[in-house]
Amino acid sequence: MKLVTAIIKPFKLDEVREALSAVGVTGITVTEVKGFGRQKGHTELYRGAEYVVDFLPKVKIEAAIKSEILEQVIEAIEKAANTGKIGDGKVFVFDLEQAIRIRTGETGADAL
Amino acid sequence: MKNLFRKFIAVLAMLGVVGLNAVPLAAFAQDKPGAEMKAEAKPAPAKEEAKPAPVPNKGDVAWMLTSTALVLAMSVPALALFYGGLVRSKNMLSMLMQVFVTFSLVVVLWCIYGYSLAFTEGNAYFGGFDRLFLNGTFDATKGEFAMAATFSKNTPLYELVFVAFQATFAAITCCLILGAVAERIKFSAVLIFMVLWFTFSYAPIAHMVWFWMGPDAYTDPKVVEAMNAKAGLIWQWGALDFAGGTVVHINAGVAGLVGAYLVGKRIGYGKEAMSPHSLTMTMLGASLLWFGWFGFNAGSALEANGSAALAFMNTFLATACAVLAWTFGEWLFKGKPSMLGAASGAVAGLVAITPAAGNVGICGAFVIGIAAGLVCLWAVNQLKRWLGADDALDVFGIHAVGGTLGALLTGVFNSQSLGGPGLVTDWVTGKVGSNPIWDQFLVQAQGVGMTIIWTGVVAIVAFKIADLIVGLRPAEEEEREGLDIAEHGETAYHM
Repeated sequence: MKLVTAIIKPFKLDEVREALSAVGVTGITVTEVKGFGRQKGHTELYRGAEYVVDFLPKVKIEAAIKSEILEQVIEAIEKAANTGKIGDGKVFVFDLEQAIRIRTGETGADAL
Repeated sequence: MKNLFRKFIAVLAMLGVVGLNAVPLAAFAQDKPGAEMKAEAKPAPAKEEAKPAPVPNKGDVAWMLTSTALVLAMSVPALALFYGGLVRSKNMLSMLMQVFVTFSLVVVLWCIYGYSLAFTEGNAYFGGFDRLFLNGTFDATKGEFAMAATFSKNTPLYELVFVAFQATFAAITCCLILGAVAERIKFSAVLIFMVLWFTFSYAPIAHMVWFWMGPDAYTDPKVVEAMNAKAGLIWQWGALDFAGGTVVHINAGVAGLVGAYLVGKRIGYGKEAMSPHSLTMTMLGASLLWFGWFGFNAGSALEANGSAALAFMNTFLATACAVLAWTFGEWLFKGKPSMLGAASGAVAGLVAITPAAGNVGICGAFVIGIAAGLVCLWAVNQLKRWLGADDALDVFGIHAVGGTLGALLTGVFNSQSLGGPGLVTDWVTGKVGSNPIWDQFLVQAQGVGMTIIWTGVVAIVAFKIADLIVGLRPAEEEEREGLDIAEHGETAYHM
């Protein structure tokens, strides 16, 4: 099993969700996050005061998946979240040791 | 279900009792004017009776009561929201609380002694103590109301209406100062400062600028000098201030700047971002201020007449002009037209047209509005940097600068040669004329100068005393945590 974490542009969330469903991902967790990368922040001006905002809002998606579909999942996210501009985000992949469905007690791939 | 029904019946019954009680009261209220009318309708006896004392015009009374409520809305919630939106979310409630409680505190002080100090006969600087606890404004045994003067002969107003209207002015003026020291002053220090500053700056400045004996006192050319001598100092000089350019805005704006210096800069000022937490609230507050300001300015005519109409229109026009001026000025010089800029422009325009409202014509409103937008935009940028104080919400840049601009330009555009209404040059006959523009300008400048010095000195002393008693600032840790939790034990938003 793998845990895929993707940081994407907030307005791409729906497209990514659809693309993931299409390749057989049955559930994801979404968090609104802030951070910085290569994309520069912007300045905000309030009367005489100017502030540089370097932390930009992003969406973090987490999906626990069977190892077999990893390539398809990565491809789906890459395609759906791509705008070609700086700040499109990143995908991280981790090995997932165990998964448990709380209601039934199922473990491993059955719990996904 | 049955229980609910019983409750419903109980509420109905209570309403019925209240309603029944109200009936005799209403009947009593209606009795009085009826009785007076009967007296007037009696056939006149052979000898000439003295003319009955004039009674207030119901339209005037209705308008002034409405205006009073409008000005209340300028403080709570309008100013509180305008300021509240501009602070960080951790200080939102402290801003709302400071405005809410300062407003209430000043209204109470106003009724105890403030009104008397400001609006009764005394010397040229302070009034007297005739109206302590509003003594004498209403005689309960005879059911008689005392009268206050307006700007027309034989047109009195119930003094209680005037007291209430002016109470809202005193209270909002004190609240304005809070923006300059926002996010870093102790609540207890605010209260101590307000009592002192209200007593020794607001009341005397209001007396100096606005107290006079009223048009009916000017019965004969022989009494003019004596009556003038009883008026407030700045009124005697001949300075015009329709609704409070000096009394309200310069008074508060300068005290705010003094506060910004004495309280010191917010921790992290210039290093950390201190972005407004909700410009939506600020826009809402600014709009409500504009709405309430019609009561503030047009109400300052004290009558529902042409002067009120002129003040109303000018308040409309100058504000719109200032919004456009600030917006386009910012767009041009700063790159983007911001919402905060438009809201600030509105307040700048409102401030500047305040002393001018019924004292200038439409042409004056255009010029004052555009000038206010541009000059205050400069003041919150360049001037603020020169001053070097952390005037957190630009009380000086908008209220003192806008108020000064308005007060000076009132002297220019009052002239009938520039479309202004002119001024009463002789209160005995009510003759209207114009002073030479330069002369009036200098008189206005004199009034502005006096106000700046007076409020500046009082504010220094008042902040120092508050500092000695409780200290001005919360502990560093408390300031970082936010005044909402540290001072009030609450949080504005739970999300």
